[in-house]
Amino acid sequence: MQGECPAGGTHQMNTPVIQIQDLNVGFSMRQGRVDVLHGISFDLHRGKTTCVVGESGSGKSVTARTILNMVPPPGVINGGRILFTPDGEETVDLTAMDPRGKQIRDIRGGRIGMIFQEPMSSLSPVHTIGNQIVEAIRLHRDVSKKDARQMAEEALRQVEIPTPEKALDRYAFEFSGGMRQRAMIAMALSCRPDVLIADEPTTALDVTTQAEILDLMAGLQRDLGMAIMFITHDMGVVAEIADEVVVMEKGHVVEKGDVHRIFDAPGHPYTRQLLGAVKRLEEPAAAKVRPAPDSGDILKVRDLQLHFEKREGFLQRVTDVTKAVDGISFDLRQGEALGIVGESGSGKTTVGRCIARVYDPQGGSVDYNGQDLIRAGKAELRDTRKQIRMIFQDPFASLNPRMTVKQLIAEPLIVNNVASGKALEARVAKLLTEVGLDPGMMERYPHAFSGGQRQRIVVARAIALEPKLVIADEPTSALDVSIRTQVLDLLLRLQAEMGLSFIFISHDMAVIRYFCDRVAVMFKGRIVEIGETEQIITDPQHPYTKALLSSVPISDPTQRGTRQRHRYQEPA
Amino acid sequence: MADDTDPAIAAKAGPRGRDVAIASQWQLIWWSFRRHKLAMVGIWVIGLFYLVSLFAEIVAPDDPSEQNRRAVFHPPQMIHFIDRQEDGGWRIKPYVWEMDRERDPDTLAITYVPSGEKIYLQVFGRGDSYKLWGLFDWNVHLLATERPRDHYFLFGADRLGRDMFSRVIYGTRVSMSIGLVGVAIAMVLGIALGGASGYYGGRVDAVIQRLIEFTLSLPTIPIWLALAAALPPSWPVYQQYFVITLIVSLVGWTELGRVVRGRFLAMKNEDFVIAARLDGATERRIIFRHMLPSLTSHIIASLTLAIPLMILAETALSFLGLGLQPPAISWGVLLKEAQNIRSISQAPWLFIPGGFVVVAVLAFNFLGDGMRDAADPYGH
Amino acid sequence: MLLRYILKRILWMVPFLFAVSIVAFLLIQAPPGDYLTTYIAKLGESNEVLDQASIQNLRERFGLDQPLYVQYFKWVANLLQGDFGMSFEWRQPVSDLIWERMGLTVLLSFATLLFTWAVAFPIGVYSAVRKYSIGDYVATTLGFIGLATPNFLLALILMYIGVVHFGSDVGGLFSNEYKNAPWSLAKVGDLMQHLWLPMIVLGTSATASLIRIMRANLLDELNKPYVDTARAKGLSEFWLIMKYPVRVALNPFVSTIGWILPNLVSGAVVTAIVLSLPTAGPLMLQALLAQDMYLAGAFVLLLSSLTVVGMLISDILLVLLDPRVKYD
Repeated sequence: MQGECPAGGTHQMNTPVIQIQDLNVGFSMRQGRVDVLHGISFDLHRGKTTCVVGESGSGKSVTARTILNMVPPPGVINGGRILFTPDGEETVDLTAMDPRGKQIRDIRGGRIGMIFQEPMSSLSPVHTIGNQIVEAIRLHRDVSKKDARQMAEEALRQVEIPTPEKALDRYAFEFSGGMRQRAMIAMALSCRPDVLIADEPTTALDVTTQAEILDLMAGLQRDLGMAIMFITHDMGVVAEIADEVVVMEKGHVVEKGDVHRIFDAPGHPYTRQLLGAVKRLEEPAAAKVRPAPDSGDILKVRDLQLHFEKREGFLQRVTDVTKAVDGISFDLRQGEALGIVGESGSGKTTVGRCIARVYDPQGGSVDYNGQDLIRAGKAELRDTRKQIRMIFQDPFASLNPRMTVKQLIAEPLIVNNVASGKALEARVAKLLTEVGLDPGMMERYPHAFSGGQRQRIVVARAIALEPKLVIADEPTSALDVSIRTQVLDLLLRLQAEMGLSFIFISHDMAVIRYFCDRVAVMFKGRIVEIGETEQIITDPQHPYTKALLSSVPISDPTQRGTRQRHRYQEPA
Repeated sequence: MADDTDPAIAAKAGPRGRDVAIASQWQLIWWSFRRHKLAMVGIWVIGLFYLVSLFAEIVAPDDPSEQNRRAVFHPPQMIHFIDRQEDGGWRIKPYVWEMDRERDPDTLAITYVPSGEKIYLQVFGRGDSYKLWGLFDWNVHLLATERPRDHYFLFGADRLGRDMFSRVIYGTRVSMSIGLVGVAIAMVLGIALGGASGYYGGRVDAVIQRLIEFTLSLPTIPIWLALAAALPPSWPVYQQYFVITLIVSLVGWTELGRVVRGRFLAMKNEDFVIAARLDGATERRIIFRHMLPSLTSHIIASLTLAIPLMILAETALSFLGLGLQPPAISWGVLLKEAQNIRSISQAPWLFIPGGFVVVAVLAFNFLGDGMRDAADPYGH
Repeated sequence: MLLRYILKRILWMVPFLFAVSIVAFLLIQAPPGDYLTTYIAKLGESNEVLDQASIQNLRERFGLDQPLYVQYFKWVANLLQGDFGMSFEWRQPVSDLIWERMGLTVLLSFATLLFTWAVAFPIGVYSAVRKYSIGDYVATTLGFIGLATPNFLLALILMYIGVVHFGSDVGGLFSNEYKNAPWSLAKVGDLMQHLWLPMIVLGTSATASLIRIMRANLLDELNKPYVDTARAKGLSEFWLIMKYPVRVALNPFVSTIGWILPNLVSGAVVTAIVLSLPTAGPLMLQALLAQDMYLAGAFVLLLSSLTVVGMLISDILLVLLDPRVKYD
């Protein structure tokens, strides 16, 4: 292999492969320059993984792109240096190079590889995987097409893609998200770079797939010895893979250091805040009110079925059937919070929507206080919908942007003739206070609020009719970690005050553990396991639950490698 | 850990410091529309055109159908506003140089030469009498000659000596209004069929989709020509006008139908519409209170972009002699005069109505583009 | 696989052609009175009388005594045998009149289509890649004006310039000596020399809208993550833009043929009338004005079928170009 170079001198081995010094990047706008990176500095070391953490808008991605001198327009590098010292070669300053020049292009993909967040859109939709990898190889290696194809096949084998010789001739859309990200990694590593930059490579993936990708990257690093810069917002992932940690906030590096030091003794308040938010989600909420042991069932779901039929053509023939919900049964006790956990495509959201009758299930029954919701007519539905309310995942999509907060919260009160005029306004003001918002803001439109505030408005709308049961569909997934616990705590308080029962749908085991008394684990339209949350987490029975739980990153670097990873293979 | 991270938009104040937080959809649209300079130009031009159409009788100096044998192919005259007098002084008074008709002794061709006399014009002076909007008798014109027997020809005259400027003004009224009326008909068709398609889905959708595809695949002009040819030419002007508008709108509805359908389909499954349904709102309320307000801005933008298509269609039909027939006046009817290569080589000003078509269509396109860009102020 | 798809797509054309034939037939029927009464009236104008036997003969041939649907099926049945009916203006079978003109129409439409693509593609790419450059502004402005100028007006202006400044008539597709000459290599060469002006006139507005489409598509694609991926590989800026975003933006560009072709066919009618080209347009207009409906109907039918064929071509091209479009 050409990539294997003789080891450099000891001097070189001690020099960090990348040194970022006082880097300053600004966006020039019409109003003047806005700095997005304010003089940041950190190093990447050979064979080590450096995690760059921060919430959205902290400047992580811009940093990554600046290393390759690919600052997205209208950004410009205003100061600082990025020194690159490849194995056995002189140190060069990447920021001094012409961003379109030959010198930097030889480094891109040749000495520094990069993978991106969206495996969906990061690969060309109209070129085969093989074409794209072969291109990457031939840009930096003087080899024939045939040899390059051989090398590409080898690269795919290395990232554990089954039947790599066939995979070369397939298109990205024919692969699952995890497979695409593997192909991306294969492409980025095909020229044996000294550095691999990974920009949130697992954020768009399910947690079990994320675990596989993280294992794969760790293994490749052991074999190939490159430096990895891993960008993430997830402290759990950091604890799993990082050697060094760089914490960024609003364009500043607020703290950096060894992963154990950061987790044991975080110095900066922002780091403590990030860790705190995660740590709190590692156990059940302290403020949780358990349902009374003798409370009866509020909801009995029996053998719920929903199949989506894909119809095509003029005659609308059914060409494909997806069993989104395939015979689900469970009970919900009065005052209980039942979690439904599962990965994308498991049907968990569909279950919630069937109970709310957004969808009409094809079979089964949902018994609510003696009434079957599946067979309820229009008038009955109107009545039960006052008692069963829903909270949506995306607070940007679930609030009509053309209505003021007052109109939004008042809507259920108006259409159900609960209140009007002055009484209505007073009621809205009270609801806003209840969810922790200033009633003076009720004339504002949703666009004037942040994500967390919007989710509070959604909660206010949900509790406006004093419901008995709330179906919360991933209510915290669209929020930054630090906001998540606040919204969860609000829901917990309301549950205690109003005696609410919850069906709480989430893909995130930590959130479920914090909030739910019991949990049902869903896989491909079925519940594979249901029971007390703590029991399921400490002693899962079903192999899928085991795989799921063993994939959740533990935000404690000292426990790294202490547990066995399960992979779930569906029985044929 | 207060959750007070204001999003970017709240930090920005609206123009002149107005509060974005309480700005409604239409205010946000207007603010973003105003930044679109070409669209602002478009809106002014279109406003002017419709104003002229509304007051065509006043703006036009002459009766558009009045023939004048002494002014056949009279060239355009420039209006001067500063009147220099012989004593060296000056005053602001609009006038044109009078042209005398002469016959070239060699070629016998008619030419017009300046006589050296001025014809003074009066703002809101008296001239031909007319019935404003067919209701009120009046004789005031925007710019009338001081002596009623004089005439001036801003855009020249045609082969019958009719004043082109007056004809273009009246043509503006007809052509611009055909666009509006045609779009109104297209809107009814487009919203009804597109809405039904998107709202009901399934088989209804499949049938309407095929219908739209089929209509789009037809070459419009041959079909229009055939339809228009089936009209008896003896029909009165207003009946022709209505039927031609109908024919022209037969093509405009498909694009609109597709837009409405697409939006309805997408919005039916939006979380906020589902939320309204779960709030207990009736179907009527969901459609009119929750869905239509977000559709209207898109519909208006599409309508604006459909108007120029209608204008172009009418112009082409009338140009070929299958649309409006003289004595009706529209830009297309006027351009039919320019069809004869001998006429235009002698009187290139017959092209002027074409300039109006181009400017109107451009203005509508600018306006429509600006409106489409501004239609969704909450862009993701 | 691909062959099956094409066959299926061709089968799909049958209902479309059926609908087109109904539209054309209804247009034939639209004017008051039937074909025969118009024919007899026309003959009457020139003091000719048709004997009863030929009247009866014609009546049977077109099924004029029978209900409308029978007339329609007779008409279609005749069409399938290549009989398009009679033109009473020309006193000739319609099929003798149309084919050469249709041939020239097809030639003009497809030549213009290629011209349009050849011009719009590079300009659109340039406009998007050099967004807000002077070249982009020039292209955008010209594009807007091109869109807003009706074909016939552009034709008139070019004719005016030709007559006034060059003293020559630029209309027609052939020089005088070739107008009625039989087809020969020299005649084809003459045709090529005349083709460019109608092509420009006809193609301007389509070129303008294609530039706008290409620019908008490419601007969308330029910000896609896969472009960053390619850049991070070390590809040069030129090649990465040509290989990835331009390639992806090509798909919607190609699919525009479905509506560009109907537009071209439409525009060709008007343009041909102004430039007096020996294509379908002028003869059809003449037929319509004279209510010579079998001739007009044949043109409507054939021109509409042409656009249906255009849609077929665009669908096939799209399947060849875009792996995401499935065959079935």
